Amino acid sequence: MTINPATVDPIRRDTSSRRIGRFVRRHEENVWRVSGRTASLIPVAALLFVVVVLAVKAWPAIKVNGFGFLTSTAWLPGNTYGGVEHVHGVMIPAGARYGAWPLIAGTLQTSAIAIIIALPISIGTAFALTERLPRWIAQPVGFFVEILAGIPSVLIGLWGVLVLGPFLAHDIYPIVANNVPNVPVLRYFAGSVGYGEGLLTSGLVLGLMIVPIIASTTRDLFLQVPPLPKEGAEALGMTDAEVARRVTIPWVRSGIIGATVLGLGRALGETIAVAMVSGSVLGAIAPNVYGTMTTIAATIVSQLDSAATDGTGFAVSTLAEAGLLLAVISIVVNLLARFIVGRSSRMSAPVGRS
Amino acid sequence: MSIVTTGYPKTGWRRVKSAGFRVFTWGSLLFVVGPALWLIIGVVVRAVPNWRWNVLTTMSQGTSGGLANAIVGTAVLMLGVLVIAGTVGVLTGIHLSEFATSRRGRASGGTMRVAVDVLSGFPSIVLGYVGYVALCVGLHWGFSLLPALIILSMMVVPYIAKSTESALRQVPTNYREGAEALGMSTGYALRKVVVKSALPGIVTGLLIALSIAGGETAPLLYTAGVTNNLPTWSILHHPIAYLTYYVWTDWNQPSAEAHIVSFDASLILVVMVLMLLVVARVIVARTQRHAEGAR
Repeated sequence: MTINPATVDPIRRDTSSRRIGRFVRRHEENVWRVSGRTASLIPVAALLFVVVVLAVKAWPAIKVNGFGFLTSTAWLPGNTYGGVEHVHGVMIPAGARYGAWPLIAGTLQTSAIAIIIALPISIGTAFALTERLPRWIAQPVGFFVEILAGIPSVLIGLWGVLVLGPFLAHDIYPIVANNVPNVPVLRYFAGSVGYGEGLLTSGLVLGLMIVPIIASTTRDLFLQVPPLPKEGAEALGMTDAEVARRVTIPWVRSGIIGATVLGLGRALGETIAVAMVSGSVLGAIAPNVYGTMTTIAATIVSQLDSAATDGTGFAVSTLAEAGLLLAVISIVVNLLARFIVGRSSRMSAPVGRS
Repeated sequence: MSIVTTGYPKTGWRRVKSAGFRVFTWGSLLFVVGPALWLIIGVVVRAVPNWRWNVLTTMSQGTSGGLANAIVGTAVLMLGVLVIAGTVGVLTGIHLSEFATSRRGRASGGTMRVAVDVLSGFPSIVLGYVGYVALCVGLHWGFSLLPALIILSMMVVPYIAKSTESALRQVPTNYREGAEALGMSTGYALRKVVVKSALPGIVTGLLIALSIAGGETAPLLYTAGVTNNLPTWSILHHPIAYLTYYVWTDWNQPSAEAHIVSFDASLILVVMVLMLLVVARVIVARTQRHAEGAR
């Protein structure tokens, strides 16, 4: 009986197909490594590209507008058909003066209103979802809240300007405006209520947009709070309001702060919805909470069209300066949020690779 | 759920505070769910009475006509974002989760992580401005598909990278150790075990990123332009229509026809986004059930 050497020891035989297979297996990791590294350099390059373009475009405007840009309220495109002036070696249309203070103020005011409204409502919603509603109904309602975060901002703006704004201006604002006492802070709630496009409506719409972000994060955080401390507090005779205030919320406080700052970042940069409900008035700060105004983002989207008609390019450059300002504000806020969230989430047990 | 309230406080003030807290939580829920329902129902009741099915098949004539060009345009944009941002984002996520660790096992890849974080915080209109100034005007590409895709991708790549990274991190360490014990090479184990079991999470992130891309307006206004025609095969110099443009421009036009176009586009957007989010949710729910069943 002869032995066929081909069938005896298939493992030791080094056929060409095995060699290819081994080659692929050995080098597959490098394929992942190299492609992953290359791909992850693209966001870095994109970020550099954006920052460089913004800086280069904004430089002439920074030179001409100076520090006054942050405090001035003028928004005068100048005579775009007539003469030009030379300021610090930059050609600008005669009489062009730009100041971003109303835009900065509008951005900060609307975002502040949004946070003041969204934070308590989000915490209340998270409590309702985790401790009040039975699980079979809390899950679909929680999903519905998450969906709200995904609704395109142009639709929220459309609803704000067609439905919410007129409703508030007709049925709610007059009641408030006619009954507020003449004391500091509340004074801003008196006066003409307008037509529903303005500061308070923008803040409310922004609040509605960031509630899902804060509420769904807070809900997930509440679910991570272990039951024993809560039950212990309950056993000591605390009411559920006291348990919430003294145990549950302190337990996840930094996570809630992080989610709130993340929502703040979204509110600062939101464009379309605010452009639709703010009234888009340039160069003026709202006299009361119902007044029309604008934000940095809304100004860029509504003014870029007409800025492109400025032959000297100074208007486009000024918008770059405004954009740079907005980018700096929202990046600082965002990094702050990630720092806070990152610090708080490190406390939980790591899953998978750390 | 875990709290079973047994005794109510007898004294007045604590009782009042407890009741007030209850009213506050229920009221908050109402203030979130109410406006959200109001919004969605508001869009539907405005669009449905005047809905004509030929909106889906006829071209737009600016403030009247159909939306076929915008629907195809949005689909093309979403497909392009899926290809560009999907590839870059998923690979970046894999890199951040699997390879961006130093020898001592500490997380590194600092520059990339910071870049992703900063990019995710960039206001979308500022990205749109950069696209307009640098790509459409600076490189003479004009309003066209490529600058729009680049800017949209910049917006959603951080999101995809982050969701991919967290999906990969949730793969149990046992899986990796098991793969290594079976003698799999690192790359093979990554493809066959790690990425495969993280796939539902990655797909969910992609779907949500698609819904973001399909619903964006600000970065597209000055990069994509608009046209009454279907998208062409050229990615430069030819503007491309998209649904959100018609919502944004037609709602305050004088004619009733323009309003109908605006509301129809809103309805299509709502349906599209809801479908994407529901599919994403179903994937999450199914994989969670499987994970629990396996235990």
